[in-house]
Amino acid sequence: MVQLTLPKNSRMTEGKVWPKPDGHDGKPATNLKEYRIYRWSPDDGANPRIDTYFVDLDDCGPMILDGLIWIKSKIDPTLTFRRSCREGICGSCAMNIDGTNTLACTTGMDAVDGAIKIYPLPHMPVVKDLVPDLTRFYAQHASIEPWLKTDTAAPEKEWRQSHEDRLKLDGLYECILCACCSTSCPSYWWNGDRYLGPAVLLQAYRWLIDSRDEHTGERLDQLEDPFRLYRCHTIMNCSKACPKGLNPAKAIAEIKQMMVARQF
Amino acid sequence: MANPKLVERPLSPHLQIYRPMLTMMMSIVHRITGMALYGGTLLLAWWLVAAASGPKAFDTAQWVFGSWIGKLVLFGYTWALLHHMFGGIRHFVWDMGRGFEHPAREYSARAALAGSIVVTILIWLVAMLAR
Repeated sequence: MVQLTLPKNSRMTEGKVWPKPDGHDGKPATNLKEYRIYRWSPDDGANPRIDTYFVDLDDCGPMILDGLIWIKSKIDPTLTFRRSCREGICGSCAMNIDGTNTLACTTGMDAVDGAIKIYPLPHMPVVKDLVPDLTRFYAQHASIEPWLKTDTAAPEKEWRQSHEDRLKLDGLYECILCACCSTSCPSYWWNGDRYLGPAVLLQAYRWLIDSRDEHTGERLDQLEDPFRLYRCHTIMNCSKACPKGLNPAKAIAEIKQMMVARQF
Repeated sequence: MANPKLVERPLSPHLQIYRPMLTMMMSIVHRITGMALYGGTLLLAWWLVAAASGPKAFDTAQWVFGSWIGKLVLFGYTWALLHHMFGGIRHFVWDMGRGFEHPAREYSARAALAGSIVVTILIWLVAMLAR
């Protein structure tokens, strides 16, 4: 349900200001970028806090993720975040940067004026620091059965698809399940236990529109629910957040159209 | 683990830290104006009932709506109605599967906001001049 404020244990306090680093020549570094980062550890029983760090830009790569890795290796090894591919294909480093959800690896530090504020993906249980618990998100993805479902006997070679039908999957198959869109959605914040959210619905549509899939009706039956699908109110945060430039809001609208169209 | 007790995890911040964007704000205002229309419809109903009940009741209603605070409420009602109407048109377009791309979604948000303000002022100008 709608809860506008944070629970008591989740309210943030001002944290530590870490010292400014020294440059290569031993003198204080001058080309600095300020990071303000959400910290929470399960070990100390304290509320989340916002720590301030200064990154030496003359010693660090240009992306936000470069800065986080620099902080972890040079200043504070306890800073915890997920990262892997550093090129926008794994979706691990999804976080809230400068007020919007995106990937730390594909966002440049120069895209943010002033201090770079970083929080975990919004309205999620925090495991530690910038690491949210995505268990429910993955379970929802599994619930739409994201694989090819057929009744006819499998062909000797591959399932064939016309070029035209293959094009329908463009803008859908590229989704990396980073959860930027779902956790940007106020509807998902308030009803995430019952509403599937933009990422999972975009995936659902990816299988609904696949010409090779033979369980379209059954898939639509599963979505025909006031919450699972229809909590989308076209707020558009999802489409604006997607770091891959996809359009979950449009995919959801297409599903709604399929629901209407199948009644005639 | 030394302490097998489950740790109560905090909820990451959401509304507190998400940057307010026009499309998101228009969605919230669409809801708020939708609720405000219940109140506005009640006022309209009261005015009609007063007209049907006789000159005394009608005079009272007219006096309330003619006072500066009554006019302010009616002005707000006009804007809420128009804002909700233009928002409703956006929803119609979206239901056709259109208007989701950038920058169309930004343009329609701006158009709905500007349209609601301009048309509200126009209606009131015409109403004042026609008196």
